[in-house]
Amino acid sequence: MRRILIWGGLGLALALPLAVAATSPLLAWRDAVYITACFAGIVGMEVLLLQPLLAGRSLPGLSPRLSRRLHAAGGALLVAAVAVHVGGLAVTSPPDVVDALLLRAPTAFSVFGVVALWGVVATAVLALARRGLSAAAWRIAHLSLAAVIVTGSAIHAILIDGTMGTVTKIALCVLVAAATMRVTVRFWPRLGLRRVRA
Amino acid sequence: MTSAPPITATSALRLPSRRALLTGGAAAAAGAVLAGGPFGVLPARAAGLAPTPTMRGGANNYRPGAPIVPRIGGGGFAMSGRVRRAGDGAPLSGIRIQIWAHTTEGNERDARSHGATLTDADGRFVMDMPQIVPAFGQAHAHLAYDAEFDDHGFQTVFLRPLLQSRGDTSLSADFVLVSA
Repeated sequence: MRRILIWGGLGLALALPLAVAATSPLLAWRDAVYITACFAGIVGMEVLLLQPLLAGRSLPGLSPRLSRRLHAAGGALLVAAVAVHVGGLAVTSPPDVVDALLLRAPTAFSVFGVVALWGVVATAVLALARRGLSAAAWRIAHLSLAAVIVTGSAIHAILIDGTMGTVTKIALCVLVAAATMRVTVRFWPRLGLRRVRA
Repeated sequence: MTSAPPITATSALRLPSRRALLTGGAAAAAGAVLAGGPFGVLPARAAGLAPTPTMRGGANNYRPGAPIVPRIGGGGFAMSGRVRRAGDGAPLSGIRIQIWAHTTEGNERDARSHGATLTDADGRFVMDMPQIVPAFGQAHAHLAYDAEFDDHGFQTVFLRPLLQSRGDTSLSADFVLVSA
């Protein structure tokens, strides 16, 4: 029963934002490249929900080994989704993307989006350099970057008047934030606490 | 156009008003009262209507030199505004304003999304254009006063006003221009 609820809930959490966005009237006035960029953004946001669930091994039926592999694959998928999102937007309106990347856009959501983008890039680089890091250093760095990515992406998404439905968008962002906070509390190394006590 | 005579007259009148400012706030207030008195609109130019600054992102996807058209595409959305001169606020007629946006009929970058119009005797302009729809996160329009395509000698200004909500069928944006 618990398994059905978790997988069913996750299925809804992933399907509904996409389904609602697919009915957006805005799609009628956007070309294929722009629409692809929009949906890559939504997929990226959904990967951010899967990642903490996989890292925390919260999905029933998945072995720790499979969870770990899927989490790594999720990271690669997130990088791809961000690349398609930013690339598609750059093709659609080059000056707007240049302004966003140079942090001179008039829109606050651009700044949050770019912060999340660099968070993803830094996480990818860090993951490739993981062997040189201690377990505690890796966790602190990875969880910190995850917090930056999730915060930036959620605010970015919520401030945008786009194809996503308001309710499903906010619900997805809340779920992502909650799941991320949960694994962060669980996996954050206790080193800091000891130092405070000493 | 006729910008030279007012500037000369204003410079002559600026001296006493600067002295007044130096003597303190009370004197400055008195100067402001005087501005509405015997000197008419001329002292108001010194402290008057400030020019509209170019907005960030205002020039994005601009296609210089769009033709002057009665409407853009099929119309249905009213983009209006008023163009005045900095300082005295005099309405400016015959000023070319170019307008573009992401609409139900095309992207900002498409030539068919661009059109220009001229202000009337009262400095007002209205462009009938297709419905603006949200793009890049906000429903917004772009407007340009481009000195390159206008003989009046004012500085170029680009605006990027936002619709209050998606469903709005009109939007207003004003220009206050200053001599180049």
